[in-house]
Amino acid sequence: MRTFITSGALTALLSWAGALTPALAGSEDVVVEGAWSRASIGMNRPGAAYMTIRNTGDTPVILIGLVTPLAMMPEIHESKTDADGVSSMAPADEITIAPGESMSLEPGGLHAMLMLLQTTMTEGESYPLTLLFDDGGEVTVEVPILGIAARGPND
Amino acid sequence: MRRRTILGYGAAGAGALVFALFVGWWQVDGPGAPEPMGQRPLALSAMDFSLTDHEGNEVGPETLIGRPTMVFFGFTYCPDVCPTTLSDISGWLDDLGDEANEMSVVFITVDPERDTVDAMSEYAGYFHPAIRGWTGKDEEIAKAVRGFRGSFERVPTEGGGYTMNHTASVFLFDAAGRFVTMIDYHEPREFAVPKIRRALEEETEGAT
Repeated sequence: MRTFITSGALTALLSWAGALTPALAGSEDVVVEGAWSRASIGMNRPGAAYMTIRNTGDTPVILIGLVTPLAMMPEIHESKTDADGVSSMAPADEITIAPGESMSLEPGGLHAMLMLLQTTMTEGESYPLTLLFDDGGEVTVEVPILGIAARGPND
Repeated sequence: MRRRTILGYGAAGAGALVFALFVGWWQVDGPGAPEPMGQRPLALSAMDFSLTDHEGNEVGPETLIGRPTMVFFGFTYCPDVCPTTLSDISGWLDDLGDEANEMSVVFITVDPERDTVDAMSEYAGYFHPAIRGWTGKDEEIAKAVRGFRGSFERVPTEGGGYTMNHTASVFLFDAAGRFVTMIDYHEPREFAVPKIRRALEEETEGAT
């Protein structure tokens, strides 16, 4: 109940703010939390980035691409493990996030795959990653680089 | 009022469904599941392959007999599943503390073209010190994977490179080399560590 009231108030506040500025169709209501990456060994291996993408607005948002100076080919990929325990990875389709919902990019599932690294990912450093949405909006997040054996954003 | 009743039935129904699904999962895929006999890995003593560890030593299944063993497959160019598995295993080994020293823990690459002995050595160095990295000739890797009843496949990627699909389960053997159980990818830590203890305990029973 309390969550309901809070999100209701938030929606009201955001739509009020939206009325004041010429609004994009929803990506301005996207909040990215808990972003992190593991350090890489050199530049030959692809890296990965994880985060939670929240749509706090009242229209769906569609994530259509990524841009980062760190990698020439950043893409959303999805790892899957089938009934025989075999893991595979493939580019994901467009990701739609419904109003009030969030999408987790996390180990073993959806993740930002960073191919063709331009620099080594060094523990303790960070890099900007821009999320592109179908309404033309962009959200840039600074992704901290943790150790190679990190298991989550707080490791 | 009527709507509330319907909602109540709906909630009870949903609860019953979730419970039924949970029971089903427990018996079929969960900790209550029987090991699928057709896909059981061979005993280590019945396997035959010859590889090189990350320090350049010649190794094979016979190297592992005498200690409880944990084996998994992967490749170091894997950005997501493999570092996650290696970090999970490092965490389980940390939880086991001194007991972990009684185990052999082996990471066998399915991508020997890129995972040379040097590459395996560097990669293994970032995880728990008990983890050994094994690589070798294509045909020897294939023999190893067959012994574990696993599979792997090279898949081209759009950038001109390739990635590897592979069995991501962690296999546990007792000190005699008999298959004990496996830990599936994504299995919660609460199940993984007791399973490893089972492999360790079977060693004690075997020894007495």
